[in-house]
Amino acid sequence: MEIDLIFKIASIGIIVAVLNTLLKNSNRDEQAMMVTIAGLIIVLMVITKEISSLFSQVRNLFDL
Amino acid sequence: MNIFQIVIIGIVGVLLVLSIKEKSPEFALGTSLITGVIVLIAVISQFDTIFDFLNRYLTIDGFNSDYIKILLKILGIAYVTQFGAEICKDAGSVSVASKIELAGKVIILSYGVPIIISLLDTVKGILG
Repeated sequence: MEIDLIFKIASIGIIVAVLNTLLKNSNRDEQAMMVTIAGLIIVLMVITKEISSLFSQVRNLFDL
Repeated sequence: MNIFQIVIIGIVGVLLVLSIKEKSPEFALGTSLITGVIVLIAVISQFDTIFDFLNRYLTIDGFNSDYIKILLKILGIAYVTQFGAEICKDAGSVSVASKIELAGKVIILSYGVPIIISLLDTVKGILG
């Protein structure tokens, strides 16, 4: 069961939020934005893989 | 897949979404999306028995089995459409969700046209 994916993505979110606040407090807004975008890209890569596997399963099942 | 496991996965996912929603809403959306995907993947294997049943008992006695295939395709389109539309609604953009639903309705209608045509042909044959 791939429930650890949920934990992975949620923990990436928490880490990015913490880093964001830290970098913003030390007046590095650009780097904070960079960290957010990097985290978002990582999460999107995981999510797109899962969605494509879901869609291919649905396509096989319903013969679309 | 056990129903209790699926319910627990959903509850855990929603708790995580709630806890990271204020700080980083994008990741909250990603978490809720991956929760939905995992639940759907877990449930999709259950369809095989239902489809076996349909294929065994509904393809008898001159009943055109093409219609069953069209019906299953429409079911799949409806599931995928609803999945996408619900995600867009969760993210707060209702207009995109309604466009996705419109697209699903149009595509379903275009798949249903052969059935409508055959029904109309039958009616025409009876009348004339």
